Amino acid sequence: MGAWWARQDLLVVFLMRPDSKGKDFHLHRPGCTIAIGAAESSPSGMPTPDPKHTDFIHSEEFLAELQRRQFRLSVLCAASFLTALLALPALNFFFPGLMATRVGGFPFNWLLLGVLFFPLVWVISWIFIQRSIALENQEAETARRHAANEARR
Amino acid sequence: MIAAVDPWIFALSFITVAATLVMGYWAAGKAKTASDFFVAGRGVSVGWNASAISGEYLSAASFMGVAGTVMSSGYDALWYPVCYACGYLFLLLFIAGPLRRFGAYTIPDFAEGRFDSPLFRKIAVVFVLFIGFFYTMPQMKGAGTTLAYVFKEITWFGTAGLPYWVGVIVVGSVITLNVAIGGMKGITLVQAFQYWLKMFAISAPIFVLISLYGGYGTHLGANSTGPAVTNAVAMVSAPATPDSTTVVRAALPAVAPDDATWINPFGRLSSKAAKAAKLSTEESRPYALLYTYSLIIALVCGTAGLPHILVRFYTNPDGVAAKRTTMWVMILIGVFYVFPPVFGVMGRNLMPSLYEGLGSKGTDKVVLELPRVINGTWGSILSGITCAGAFAAFMSTFSGLLVSMTGALAHDVYGRILAPESTPTQRMQMFKWCAFGVGGAATLLGCFVEKLEINFMVGQAFAIAAASYFPLLFMSVWWRGMTMKGAATGMLTGGVCALTAVVLTNVSDLKLVDLGGFWAAHPLVRILCEQPAIWCVPLAIGLMVVISMITRSDVPADIRMKMLVLHAPEALGLKQEYVRDHDGH
Repeated sequence: MGAWWARQDLLVVFLMRPDSKGKDFHLHRPGCTIAIGAAESSPSGMPTPDPKHTDFIHSEEFLAELQRRQFRLSVLCAASFLTALLALPALNFFFPGLMATRVGGFPFNWLLLGVLFFPLVWVISWIFIQRSIALENQEAETARRHAANEARR
Repeated sequence: MIAAVDPWIFALSFITVAATLVMGYWAAGKAKTASDFFVAGRGVSVGWNASAISGEYLSAASFMGVAGTVMSSGYDALWYPVCYACGYLFLLLFIAGPLRRFGAYTIPDFAEGRFDSPLFRKIAVVFVLFIGFFYTMPQMKGAGTTLAYVFKEITWFGTAGLPYWVGVIVVGSVITLNVAIGGMKGITLVQAFQYWLKMFAISAPIFVLISLYGGYGTHLGANSTGPAVTNAVAMVSAPATPDSTTVVRAALPAVAPDDATWINPFGRLSSKAAKAAKLSTEESRPYALLYTYSLIIALVCGTAGLPHILVRFYTNPDGVAAKRTTMWVMILIGVFYVFPPVFGVMGRNLMPSLYEGLGSKGTDKVVLELPRVINGTWGSILSGITCAGAFAAFMSTFSGLLVSMTGALAHDVYGRILAPESTPTQRMQMFKWCAFGVGGAATLLGCFVEKLEINFMVGQAFAIAAASYFPLLFMSVWWRGMTMKGAATGMLTGGVCALTAVVLTNVSDLKLVDLGGFWAAHPLVRILCEQPAIWCVPLAIGLMVVISMITRSDVPADIRMKMLVLHAPEALGLKQEYVRDHDGH
């Protein structure tokens, strides 16, 4: 019985999948629109807890893995630019002479902060965007594979 | 009267304002449903949206303020443009993706959905208004400064030049009216157009000035760190630099910081409090370091909490488009931010008389006036171009803020709290009335802040956002143990502490209350009040953790589902729609 619920839910999920344009998720009722999968009674539009969600997508295992991998990627990217950003004042503080060396008229610290920092930000955001798109595709693939297995069973 | 106004400056400014209004009016006819008004119907392409986001992000602080602060404070001011760009990256890394998947348009939407608490929405809405008003004040300063510059030669009831407050009121009314009739649909188009106008207006005059008066490096090279030269009419830059050429510098007035203070870190901005306490240069350095770190935290974390930035992530059709848009935004704003400091650097050498100006006649107008060092028509045309860019800057940001704040009032306070049964027509009506109310209040506040630097005020808005919304968003997205009580306590305490500290700084700087003696006796307190992020952000996060642990039983029952919606790829279709669109599709 539980499996039946889970499968119907999945079916809906996968029918919706190809173009996830916001409005495609709506059921129309007089007065308001409610997302598919959300229980009518929930005032905020969130699905009410459903003890029957026993499939892989709704499992603790899947969620923990999702969060762990996403957080790791974000933290790695953040660490790389925060290190650079937070190290600069410290370098200015401890090595004022070195940081004030002139390069083509620019003091070195001015060149770093006023010009070269922006390309660094671009590189980090580019890496993050590429990686996070790949990560999402992977996660979606994992979920789909499990769903197919569960459906076969 | 008009005869006394430079025709080029007037014409170019006027065309910008007129084009903005016509485009807004034209697009208003296309906005039909309530969701058109709130997030422009979600069908905006990557290129348009990236330009529009950048257009909205680059405020008067970026266009006029950065140059002004670089000119007045030197190296210390460079943190502003860099952290504005980094803040956007931080938002992308931790907050933008999950919030988009969750399908909440605004921070109050998220606050309610994440904790199933309409009460929390009411609490969260308050900060949209606090941060919004703090952020509109510098925009209004930009408006007043620009109009006072454009009309500086006219006679206003016996006094020379247009008063600052008249400019604020004129610009405030025009934009308020525009938002009331156009909503955001109009603004997406207008914002995109305005980004390119701003980019052109900041870069073209710089290229001309560089070709005539020497490059960025050459101008910095002229600010030798040797003994201060305050009365030299012309000086040759340090011979040590290989490609140095002669830069003709005008004499620095006595009030200007000397070269060594200006070009080195921990200068006038960050060591002001310590200097007021009569500490020596060596003693004041640790204070300046603390100031710098606090400023960085405020700017990087604060971007995530700006109410008008987040909503733009929803104007993309899907998550991949949103990410591609963000990459373009990073590039568009990064390129832009290289230019304003150049104005500040050249302004110091070519137009140091601005150091002596007060309020709207001070360094904040260096972007507008610097092209006038070129005599004749070309100087006027270039100055007209930067004025047009300034108009685009404060108009676009003020419009965006006004939409967010009005949305919060019409959508949250009216639509959800006061009259949940209201019809779409009533809500559209309310949107207009709220726009007038919010616009009027923002204009009024803008009249009082002439003496504060544009960038300084923006930094304060960021500090409040960093201490209230940033901890809320960051912790709620990544920690499932958060409870509503923990979130509310942390957000309110952090936000109110930052707000109090910042207001205290402002009322004493505007000489409404005399705290000069107290600040001089306690330079550390002054720094922690002027830049509160370094203690308010950890305080808010700490409270959230502690209170959430105590009220552990209140964690929403369906927390796993909520976290799943926040983190599972959009392709799995777990996304939830929040805003009820009564018209349907």
